[in-house]
Amino acid sequence: MSKRVVMTGNETVAEAVRQINPDVVAAYPITPSTAVVEYISQYVADGLIDTEFVTAESEHSALSACIGAAAGGGRVMNATSAQGLALMWEMLYIASAMRLPMILAVVNRALSGPINIHGDHSDTMGARDCGWIQLYSENCQEVYDNMLQAVRISEHIDVRTPVIVALDGFITSHAIDTLETERDEDVKRFIGDYITLNSILDTKNVVTYGAIDFQDYYFEHKRQQLEGLHKSAEIIKSVGEEFGRTFGREYGFFEGYKLDDAEYAIVAMNSAAGTIKTVIDDLREEGVKAGLLKLRVFRPFPAAEIAEALKTMKVVAILDRTSTAGAQGGPLFSEIRSALYSESSRPGIVNYIYGLGGKDLTPEHIRYVYDTLRRIDRTGKIDRLVDYLNLREEGGQD
Amino acid sequence: MAKLKDLALREERLIGGHRLCPGCGHSIAVRQILSTVENPVVIANATGCFEVCTTIFPYSAWKTPWIHSAFENAAATASGIEAMYRSLKRQGKINPEKETKFMAIGGDGGTYDIGLQSLSGAMERGHNMVYVCSDNEAYMNTGGQRSSATPYGAYTTTTPVGKIKKGKQQFRKDLTQIMVSHNIPYIAQASPARWKDLTNKASKAFDVEGPAFLNILSVCPTDWKIVPSMGLRITQIAHDTCFWPLYEVENGRYKINYKPKNKLPIEEWLKPQGRFKHLLRPENKDMVATLQEEVDRRWAELNRLATYEPPNT
Repeated sequence: MSKRVVMTGNETVAEAVRQINPDVVAAYPITPSTAVVEYISQYVADGLIDTEFVTAESEHSALSACIGAAAGGGRVMNATSAQGLALMWEMLYIASAMRLPMILAVVNRALSGPINIHGDHSDTMGARDCGWIQLYSENCQEVYDNMLQAVRISEHIDVRTPVIVALDGFITSHAIDTLETERDEDVKRFIGDYITLNSILDTKNVVTYGAIDFQDYYFEHKRQQLEGLHKSAEIIKSVGEEFGRTFGREYGFFEGYKLDDAEYAIVAMNSAAGTIKTVIDDLREEGVKAGLLKLRVFRPFPAAEIAEALKTMKVVAILDRTSTAGAQGGPLFSEIRSALYSESSRPGIVNYIYGLGGKDLTPEHIRYVYDTLRRIDRTGKIDRLVDYLNLREEGGQD
Repeated sequence: MAKLKDLALREERLIGGHRLCPGCGHSIAVRQILSTVENPVVIANATGCFEVCTTIFPYSAWKTPWIHSAFENAAATASGIEAMYRSLKRQGKINPEKETKFMAIGGDGGTYDIGLQSLSGAMERGHNMVYVCSDNEAYMNTGGQRSSATPYGAYTTTTPVGKIKKGKQQFRKDLTQIMVSHNIPYIAQASPARWKDLTNKASKAFDVEGPAFLNILSVCPTDWKIVPSMGLRITQIAHDTCFWPLYEVENGRYKINYKPKNKLPIEEWLKPQGRFKHLLRPENKDMVATLQEEVDRRWAELNRLATYEPPNT
């Protein structure tokens, strides 16, 4: 039995944490994810959860403590944003290389500098190669559902890899949204018991974690890790299907919104999808075959599935909420353009960088993108391969 | 207090075959420390010589659970393990026969410098762990660069002896005093040169509820530039000159554990070590005097603190 509730994104993360009831949370507060840590503290203070909460003195230590705790053989969670994730950077790679299951909720925020507290994806995109699974969430419902599924994915015996669940700073973290939550006992049944493997607290079967790997082993171990991450794709898929059977909300690698018969598609992640869907509805009424591919799983990157979904489009715009300095467009653009390369017929493709530091993305901007896609289709000419949306400068569309 | 022959009979948790240099103080100190505790011990080790040399994959010299994750975070990693232990035990998910003890180990780089914040955080939070700083007074794992624990005047590769500057220009940080300011139940300075003192302190450190900190002067024959077999004798001179006083602070009360009958001049500490060779040249006499003055000042201060009676004791 689901229950319709009203919550902010941060409250949703915390509610999922309460239901998951992790053995250890180690975290350090940072805007805009601070409220997650505050809610968890209150749950601990009220005895609502069994969690030991390590109030670390920095995000680096928070993730280090999570690594120690996960090696101790229990459920571990953490939450952060932007600079916090950046400070964790060193430990992100170590957590995934040790194949330690854990969940890190990242409330997306622009990386300094200049300092800014609002939402963009530069933080998680900066961590895209660290070996973690990354799940993105459009709204509170997806935040909640991703949190629960992340437990199953991360702890699966064939995966044993940490998971980031991302949601947009302020837009999702602070705005009040309606969603359906499940009963505690149903959540408990869905996530199951934690399976302890190679615990550092097992003093009879002694393990050494984090031995030094020189040129004779590092490469082989790294390859095993990469293979493991790729294989997690099928687990993500099967967990998403099981979630659908259990709670009636099925998940895949991405959601196609009016995509099947679309001619002009936008690819985006997180909260922008809501705005885009509204514009698509309007355009469809006007007879424009507009569609959306909202990517949920950025790591492991579902290249073949995305290519399959997009190859019949006429023109595609990839929306990146981050800039990749010195690169050929944003990370989503590069990945998708590359995924389409081996298709015999490919759509035209352009990239828009948008929303950096929390800059608004309005229906007018989305409409401009679709208009541009149609113009490209008509003229066969791409003026700017990589462009900016809502940028108050020459070269940008205002 | 345990007898030497009893300690020697305890099962080794750090076994031979590791790649530490002959005469290295780390393994001597840690074996002495681990010999004092009969409970299982889980160790978090910071990056450094000790970590690298004891766990070259596919080998491990550790017969006790051990983890290394990074350089600056041994205390944070240990606090996570200890938190998981408390959580699982409280929930009845594990039922250990004997209490598990937790230990973090770092060198002076991983403790005085890059890991100071992580250490401070873990101590303030009150995790039940023994933090052991195995202090060999420079970054020896990377070939001997200065740390904030490097003594005044010492040669390191980043405090070379040049025409103008002769070795390190600053006095060493007094980390033990910083740890005293954390008001944790037990803090001590020791060295493997005085095994009875060290094992006694290790035993107390493992016994207290909450955090304990052991600062161990750990000889590095390679970068102190000494004969490996002389390591512990030279370490003893550090005690006899009061350069490295042996003392403990138990619930705020100071106790000096070793007062040399005949306090030796600092030159005795400098003479056998190649890293101080330049200080003994006549033109650098002033530097020796400066060092002596600082050693005397700190020794006097410690003696003053040792007379202090905390209220309600």
